[in-house]
Amino acid sequence: MPTTTEFGYNSKIEGEVIHTQVDAALNWFRKNSLWPMPMGLACCAIELMAAGASRFDISRFGSEVMRFSPRQSDVMIVAGTVTYKMALAVRRIYEQMAEPKWVIAMGACASTGGMYRSYAVLQGVDHILPVDVYVAGCPPRPEALLDALIKLQKKVGQEPLVRNLKRDAAPEHYGSLGVELGEKGEVVHR
Amino acid sequence: MATPIEFARKLKEKFGELVSAPTEFRGEVSVKIADAERISEVCAFTKKELGFDYLVDLSSVDNYGDDPRWTVVYELAGMAHGCHLRLKTDVSEEKSELPTVTTVWKTADWHEREAYDMMGVRFRGHPDLRRILMWDGYPYFPLRKDFPLAGKSSELPDIAFTKAAPLEGGPFVTLPGGKDSMAREPRVRTPEN
Repeated sequence: MPTTTEFGYNSKIEGEVIHTQVDAALNWFRKNSLWPMPMGLACCAIELMAAGASRFDISRFGSEVMRFSPRQSDVMIVAGTVTYKMALAVRRIYEQMAEPKWVIAMGACASTGGMYRSYAVLQGVDHILPVDVYVAGCPPRPEALLDALIKLQKKVGQEPLVRNLKRDAAPEHYGSLGVELGEKGEVVHR
Repeated sequence: MATPIEFARKLKEKFGELVSAPTEFRGEVSVKIADAERISEVCAFTKKELGFDYLVDLSSVDNYGDDPRWTVVYELAGMAHGCHLRLKTDVSEEKSELPTVTTVWKTADWHEREAYDMMGVRFRGHPDLRRILMWDGYPYFPLRKDFPLAGKSSELPDIAFTKAAPLEGGPFVTLPGGKDSMAREPRVRTPEN
């Protein structure tokens, strides 16, 4: 009688070997440890904190490691109203994040400017960042953020990762990455 | 026990024609100071002699279309006697300048910076009159009546940019006192309708 659930793989029959594709394996690594950059700008950040605490527990989805440094994070959760005064700072932090990186626009303000049809508020963070998932709500409940995270995990899981890596590694595409090669093939920073 | 109206009378005894007769509305007493150039002198008297040691708020009003265009409002309170007193003074648009009261109350520093930032009224003698909410170099004063609700576009490379917000036919204005919720709910209201 089996004591564990089978996930399409039985170690007793197949041994300690898993056959898979590189794409699937790498994507599986990526999507199950999306470390967030908590870009908390307004009241949505309170719900983001609730999502991180024990009751909702974002660590069930591998995203409990809130990184307050953009260098170490994978997904920027823009939680709150992005004012024009803050806009370029948000973009700068996004640019400091290492690839691969994703963005969740949490709440009405981050998605569209929300109720602030105003001289001071950016009308949606997608004016300055490529947003992967939008979350409705004012503020959204933590469950909504978790749902967005699961949606993002699905998206990450479907990326043609190897193809993208090959494309980016091809010398003719170095230009699009802001990298130039010298005569001996060394990387020259602009 | 002292009342606000007594303080207003004492102020009038001291300064005479400069201070208007006090007006009272729902227990709140206001006086108008005729010459904005003497506002810091009046404020110093209210603090030192009348005990108004706390500047609750300093705000500015845009009387768009009227002359003088600006009204600067000082909301005073005394901790010892617990009374409030409101001083108002008018400033013309051409001048847009009046003396600071940071020499009287230190807290006026940020209040005056905000009034300058939002309305463009300058306070002469202020120790550090910079914008406080918007960034240095933002070209408009957003709380003025002739500034559109949606904002205007501006560009300051590497610092900030702004764009006019889409209002989708708005601004949607609520009308108080309508007979039912259909009449009261926010709708597009131009000056004609």
